[in-house]
Amino acid sequence: MIDAALIPNGVKRCSFGKFLLGLAVVGAVLLWGVYAMLLCWFKGLNQTNMNDYYGFALWIWADLAVIALGGGAFFSGFLKYLTGKDELKNIINYAVLIGFICYSSALLILAIDVGQPLRSWFIFWHANVHSMLTEVAFCLSCYFGVLTIEFIPLILENRQLNKISFFHHLAHNMHEIMAVFAATGAFLSFFHQGSLGGVSGVLFGRPFAYREGLFIWPWTFFLFTWSAAAYGPCFTLLITKITELISGKKLVKDNVIELLAKISGWMMATYIVAKIIDTIYWATVTAPSKGFLVSDFYSNNAFYGMWILIAEILFGGVVPALILITPAGRKNPKARTLAIVLAVIGVCINRWVMVLQTMAAPVMSFDRWALYYPSWQEVATTVLPVAYGAILIMICYRYLPIFPQEPELNPID
Amino acid sequence: MKNEHSHQTTKKFGMVINLDLCTGCGSCMVACMAENNVPFKPDETDKLKSITWMRVYRLTNGKPFPETDICYLPRPCQHCEGHEGHSPCVSVCPATATDYDSQTGIVSQIYTRCFGCRYCMAACPYHARYFNWYDPVWPDGMEKYLNPNVSPRMRGVVEKCSFCYHRYQAAKDRAYVEGQREIAEEDYQTACTQACPAGAITFGDLNNPEHAVYKLKQDPRAFRLLERLGTNPKVYYISSKEWVRKAGDNYLPDEKPKK
Repeated sequence: MIDAALIPNGVKRCSFGKFLLGLAVVGAVLLWGVYAMLLCWFKGLNQTNMNDYYGFALWIWADLAVIALGGGAFFSGFLKYLTGKDELKNIINYAVLIGFICYSSALLILAIDVGQPLRSWFIFWHANVHSMLTEVAFCLSCYFGVLTIEFIPLILENRQLNKISFFHHLAHNMHEIMAVFAATGAFLSFFHQGSLGGVSGVLFGRPFAYREGLFIWPWTFFLFTWSAAAYGPCFTLLITKITELISGKKLVKDNVIELLAKISGWMMATYIVAKIIDTIYWATVTAPSKGFLVSDFYSNNAFYGMWILIAEILFGGVVPALILITPAGRKNPKARTLAIVLAVIGVCINRWVMVLQTMAAPVMSFDRWALYYPSWQEVATTVLPVAYGAILIMICYRYLPIFPQEPELNPID
Repeated sequence: MKNEHSHQTTKKFGMVINLDLCTGCGSCMVACMAENNVPFKPDETDKLKSITWMRVYRLTNGKPFPETDICYLPRPCQHCEGHEGHSPCVSVCPATATDYDSQTGIVSQIYTRCFGCRYCMAACPYHARYFNWYDPVWPDGMEKYLNPNVSPRMRGVVEKCSFCYHRYQAAKDRAYVEGQREIAEEDYQTACTQACPAGAITFGDLNNPEHAVYKLKQDPRAFRLLERLGTNPKVYYISSKEWVRKAGDNYLPDEKPKK
């Protein structure tokens, strides 16, 4: 193989031609997304199906969803470096890579989503300290910096780069102090995940989203942080599973997977209890105090019915939590995979309703539900980060020792 | 200068709209668009993308003929005060591109600072904020009739009713030249107020007992939109019909409006 010298020791990779073909296929999707992105930048947001009722739409949902799913990076780092779960060293590289992809994607989506991208820096320069979005911008940018720092030593472990003495020692020393960055990452993540929850929770003009809370933080602040820590590892496990299926190899030992699944399950179980309490309080106290029955938010429209609340809480929360906290459940590969898939869908539904249903539900008694479907440009730019993520994973998997257990699990004859 | 400033009384400009008088003619909307250089877009069929700082809603009591009743409700920006100036939109804008002026009670929008995140639109329950999805265009020759006192907005920023703030600035300038400390009620009136043929809209300082709005807002039939949310708006409505007053807010099935 032409690139044999770059491939990590002790592992086998597909032919370079097959790799290029894979890159070309995903690259075509990426180019489609880039074309749509350029249309949005040069022609404006009239390329989307957003309107004055749907100021926030598919992109903001994608933003919130990838940040929640990318939460696996900070929480796995927290578990490994700060609580001493050393087994997780076998999956932490991948969690960091997935987190890096998710957060860089979120920043890219935001850059497309704003009406005047060249003024994006105003959020830092003219910062309004009362705005949750300001907190999001600061913490998100800082945490992306932390993730980059966490990602660098992994890149430097490439076989050829690692031969250079400076890079070798730099990577080693960065590993040594990684606990500091893991702690910083966990601290920053607490705030930006929380402030993303606060984005909708503080909207006192939107009774569907509004929540009371503690001091300046609505309950959604804490629920978003908790759910990112609970569901993020599930996404890490899901992508690991997909990578194993595509590569046809076992990459991480079951005890590591089961440990992360167990922690994720218990986090999910505690989160979903808090979420149910929050929902009951909102439905019986908060919303009625504004003159709304909870059924007002789930009726008289063509899409948002009670099914979405049940899908989110029961099938996307209670069921996967029960499977993962049960030893028999998480040790059964099929049940575990089912739980992981349900969990990922569940957190995505949560972010969806907190963004899009908030926009859709009428507030003035004489107003009406506004439903929306995305334009192809919105879909393409949302698929763009997925293609970008796939390409980055393909390159990293091929050239970097992401899975430390791979040589042991897949010995070369 | 400092002393002069401290002697200024705090104003709270607002509107009282008598819905019993409104015929739904739309003059207020037209006047507002002309006064404030509100642009057109290539295709105006999608009303969810049309910019209407002042929008007239058509309300119905939902009853079948012959008990059917309708009411037209003009809706400018409500210039919410919220709690101590934390109106829904002002508190969320990450770049301080919208501001609550405690001297006038007017919620401003700084077009050149807005970077188009649209968080304020998500926060506003009245849909009073509009995004410029397109670059502004006017039919050939019409650009010559634009109001020189109001800057047209560029693509990608949010805009909304300003209570014709440029007229307030002009009135203050005139008062200064004429040596007056205060501006008179008739010297600062919004375009929609002056255009309404039925005289349904009254504008003035809600804090000033000499202004008509001061008395009108105390009318027992007066109400504000979505008061229960705590937005604390400065636009009052008057209607002698109970179903209209009830439509101004949301109530549980067993609740009755206070007015």
